[in-house]
Amino acid sequence: MLSDKLKISPPVLTDNAVAERSMRQRAGKKVFRMPWYGLSFSMPILIWQLIFFLFPLAFLVAISFWVVRNFRMVPTFEWLNWSYMLSRGFFWDAYVHTLAMAAGATALVSLVAFPCAYAIAFKFRESTKQLLVLLLITPFFTSYLVRTYSWQVFLSDNGIFNAALGLIGLEPFAMLNTTFGTYVGYFTLCLPLVVLLQLFSLMYIDRSLIEAAHNLGCARLRTVWLVVIPSARIGIVVAALFCFILTFGDFVSPLYLGGGQPPTLSTLITDTTKSGQQWPRAAVIATMMIVTLLIAAFGAVRFAYRRRA
Amino acid sequence: MNEHRLINFLLRCFVVLVFMFIFTPIAGSFVFSFNIDRFPSLPLGGFSLHWYEAIAADPAVWQAFKNSLTVGVVVSLVSTLLGFTAAYTDFRYQFFGKSMYMALAMLPPTIPVVIMGLAMLAFLSRVGLSGEIYAVMISHIVMCAPFAMAVIRMRLAQMDPNIEAAAWNLGASQWKAMRYVILPFTAPSLFAALFVTMAVSFDEFAVAWFVSGLNETVPVRVLNTLQGQVSPTINAIGTIVFVTTMTLVILAQLLLMRRRKPASA
Repeated sequence: MLSDKLKISPPVLTDNAVAERSMRQRAGKKVFRMPWYGLSFSMPILIWQLIFFLFPLAFLVAISFWVVRNFRMVPTFEWLNWSYMLSRGFFWDAYVHTLAMAAGATALVSLVAFPCAYAIAFKFRESTKQLLVLLLITPFFTSYLVRTYSWQVFLSDNGIFNAALGLIGLEPFAMLNTTFGTYVGYFTLCLPLVVLLQLFSLMYIDRSLIEAAHNLGCARLRTVWLVVIPSARIGIVVAALFCFILTFGDFVSPLYLGGGQPPTLSTLITDTTKSGQQWPRAAVIATMMIVTLLIAAFGAVRFAYRRRA
Repeated sequence: MNEHRLINFLLRCFVVLVFMFIFTPIAGSFVFSFNIDRFPSLPLGGFSLHWYEAIAADPAVWQAFKNSLTVGVVVSLVSTLLGFTAAYTDFRYQFFGKSMYMALAMLPPTIPVVIMGLAMLAFLSRVGLSGEIYAVMISHIVMCAPFAMAVIRMRLAQMDPNIEAAAWNLGASQWKAMRYVILPFTAPSLFAALFVTMAVSFDEFAVAWFVSGLNETVPVRVLNTLQGQVSPTINAIGTIVFVTTMTLVILAQLLLMRRRKPASA
């Protein structure tokens, strides 16, 4: 095939391209011509993402092996930053803390989102459903930072919620700069997305399956557990994965709602990067995060698409 | 399906609660932006446009809006172009390694923004672009092109591939078919992609914060305010941005709904 394509036809002495092509066709010879049309559509994104996406990520991994001398980064290949970071207690504390927070948020958000997505998918009229989906999309177009700041006003010690508690005669309690605050932020970040993704997979469930389960006498909760959840598994797992990715990398909620103590990996990265030239160490943290996320993503996809037992 | 009144009622109540949680901070920032108090609490203070006057008088905010707008326009144009070519490639061609190709095109939004920010900062400062407004544009195009591609690909999915082939059979060249068949069909989604990518770029703060240097965009301005002297001007900026983005999104939605049957959702 390839040799066939590469066969060059004898030069035809005409400058009219159309005539040239028809003559070649009449001669019955195949000519390799650059598929300019196809290339001009397939290449731009490839080139752009290779240069400005894949290469920077690879470069990030590369500079984790560089060293900083006299406040300048020197290209080299040393495990210095790796051995430094991986032998530090504060790094592993942050790693475990971030992992636990993200895993907790993933579980909680998925648990809260599911009844909501289930209700929207099955318990509302079509027109209401469309309105609710539109409302779920709205938060994506509000600034996450502004919503975070708004929560600060609600949650602070003298804020709206504590004042409301005071009105009904309850003691104020600390919500801002606690783990609770961080989770409020995580929910703000992830809940609409997780509900939407679960909803999309629930909407495409074959309803006759559910009816069949009912007709066969399957109780309500058992139907949800044995029919609905397995049918929507891919959507649920993908939603959870996105939730994990978002919360694992978020530095806004832990810092501005959780008080920043103990630090998460992303706050470590911003601190290390913004406060000086220790980019290689930040790159080590980032690489560790990428590896963790890749493992999580691989595991989730395996789980989502494995055959049903 | 067998129904149970109480369970359905409870589920509906739960949905209302979830939506209340989602909209509390949005409504809150809207209300607080018109509130005279620096630290709003109950009972709420009086109505005031003070915070809007404060940002109107702040040249840094004006500059930030100018930067965001410049970045947004460039980013939306380039990402929509890139997204269109990628969506069309996916629609029309099958080739070896296509899944890798699509993965590369779709991947950027799944990388945590902190990592993207650090990677872009390290790379762009190496080529002498960090701190320039172009740095924000380049990073945002990387992050927005997948969204444009998704929007346009969904529109192409509604098109019968035979229509393009029919145009070829009737003697149209590939480019002619592109110009007179594909482009008119995808036009609404192209506009939708322009608006969506501009909205995404207008809201992105983390990567912009890493690479923008002194060229603050609006969200970076908000982040810097959040770090320093916290001030309700954030709410005023947020409300303005929200109204702007929602206008863009609703325009995009209207464009997508035109000439499309509502049942295709």
